[in-house]
Amino acid sequence: MHIRRRAALGGLLAAALPGLQAYAQPSPATLLNVSYDPTRELYAAINPAFAKAWQAQTGQAVQIRASHGGSGAQARAVIDGLEADVVTLALQPDIDAISERAGLVAPGWRGRLPNGSVPYTSTILFVVRKGNPKGIHDWADLVRPGVGVITPNPKTSGGARWNYLAAWGWALRANGGDKDRARAFVAELFKHVPVLDTGARGSTITFAQRGQGDVLLAWEDDANLAVRRMGRDRLEIVVPSVSIVAEPVVAVVDKVADRHGTRALAEAYLRFLWTPDAQEIAARNFYRPTDPAVLARHAEQFPNLPTFTVADALGDWPAVQREHFGDGGVFDQIYKPGQ
Amino acid sequence: MRRPVLPGFGLATGVTGVYLGLLVLLPLAGLLAKAGTTEPGRAWALFADPRTLSAFRVSFGVSAGAALVSVPVGLLLAWVLERYRFPGRRLLDAAVDLPLALPTAVAGIALTTLYVPDGWMGRLLAPLGIAVAFTPLGIGVALLFVALPFVVRAVQPVLAGLDPEADEAAVILGATPWQAFRLVVLPPLLPAVATGAALGFARAVGEYGSVIFIAGNRPMVSEIVPLLIVTKLEQYDIPGAALLGAAMLLLSFVLLAGINRLQGRSGGRHAA
Repeated sequence: MHIRRRAALGGLLAAALPGLQAYAQPSPATLLNVSYDPTRELYAAINPAFAKAWQAQTGQAVQIRASHGGSGAQARAVIDGLEADVVTLALQPDIDAISERAGLVAPGWRGRLPNGSVPYTSTILFVVRKGNPKGIHDWADLVRPGVGVITPNPKTSGGARWNYLAAWGWALRANGGDKDRARAFVAELFKHVPVLDTGARGSTITFAQRGQGDVLLAWEDDANLAVRRMGRDRLEIVVPSVSIVAEPVVAVVDKVADRHGTRALAEAYLRFLWTPDAQEIAARNFYRPTDPAVLARHAEQFPNLPTFTVADALGDWPAVQREHFGDGGVFDQIYKPGQ
Repeated sequence: MRRPVLPGFGLATGVTGVYLGLLVLLPLAGLLAKAGTTEPGRAWALFADPRTLSAFRVSFGVSAGAALVSVPVGLLLAWVLERYRFPGRRLLDAAVDLPLALPTAVAGIALTTLYVPDGWMGRLLAPLGIAVAFTPLGIGVALLFVALPFVVRAVQPVLAGLDPEADEAAVILGATPWQAFRLVVLPPLLPAVATGAALGFARAVGEYGSVIFIAGNRPMVSEIVPLLIVTKLEQYDIPGAALLGAAMLLLSFVLLAGINRLQGRSGGRHAA
């Protein structure tokens, strides 16, 4: 009986194999996208859309996996050997680090995709408790006595670096470009921070669920998500007089994609982010599309506030990174005792 | 040297050596080698930084505090579990180990939710002017949580081996209950108490998951060394992180060796 069953099984397999092979051609490809924390929902929507488009175009099935975490921690994981085909991170220095420290991304990566490799942008807004009981309307209000500000640690969080630079940029403008006064403002701002979480999502939870602080500095997309999830009857968004253009960046991890033989797929995946379909998905997730037509369609959900880029306000990113967030940089000095 | 009755010294030592070498010595050697690549000037600057010193004070100070508090509480718990029979005793006994099994991040989140100013516990403490969450006191609560099982589990078997007739005899012979406890029950327990406290302390110093949620992580106030290490890694400062790790290792080693010595002395005196 045993033998008969085995023979039957073998027959079944033999019959199925050619079918399987036909089904498997061309063989399905996989791609790993290593991304930062708040993009979970975004890429959960973009990945199936791309897989469909790619299969329609090439006939190849593709499986895209995404990994999320703090932007800096994700960059470090890639440097340490996480086999990412593409990275989609919160800010330029994190991909620069992968390029410079591990040589995995070719130098000049920002020139290979449109718009300096920035597929969608965001900005930094305030979230306050319903009715705005402390009357917080602009950056200056954050340092009033008795106001608690929730923001993560810029050393460990990409979003926190945008918060910090937005505050710095506003203070420069408000003080006629006086760096000492900008620094004094940012130092004062961090004296109002009762909890320094390690990541943006942590801060959102501290503010929204634990009820700490009076105002949360957040990515526009995270702010909208918090208000939607926690309820419009508890939280509201405040748009300051001016903020920063937060520019998340994307790149193919050249060495890994070449080793996996996924370069064409990886490049197509990133280029897909600039198509109207993907831009539409980005807009629906509260990322500002770089495609003006899509942005115009969603204009009502993106408050029209004056914004500045890091380059406008502070200079180029590597220098900003060193000066403000490097060891012994401005952020470290803010916490020196007696200052 | 007396020959042990069971054979196999060579094999046993070999297995132990390979095991310790692969799992403990190799990673530690890597850590020390990495730490050694830092230029002395930078290493000095790192350890002279008031923020580093503050983190070391917080980490070791609060861990020592938690270990000390866990001694009387752990003793009491072990006493209750060993000397009394009551319904639910086995359940309570099993619950003591829960802090070891629970992911510490879960513990941290739960404790934070309880102790924020408008949480269940925080609301009671706030009118008294006591803030727990986002202060060093909060770190202490989280560390007490992870350190307590070690004291209980170290003391329990020794206490089980003590004959209750000994303290009964002491009381019958005219000792007050306090004297009976201090002179009859406590001395044989002391080495176990020291072991439990030392294990709890070691565990607390290395704790990251639960502390990160309740500490508030403010530099100079409630920042612990493990967080500083993670921060260094995020900045790709791997030698700096290794240096901090090596310093923690060294300091813990010296402290634990000290405790062991004390324990050896008190154990010896008891035997004599």
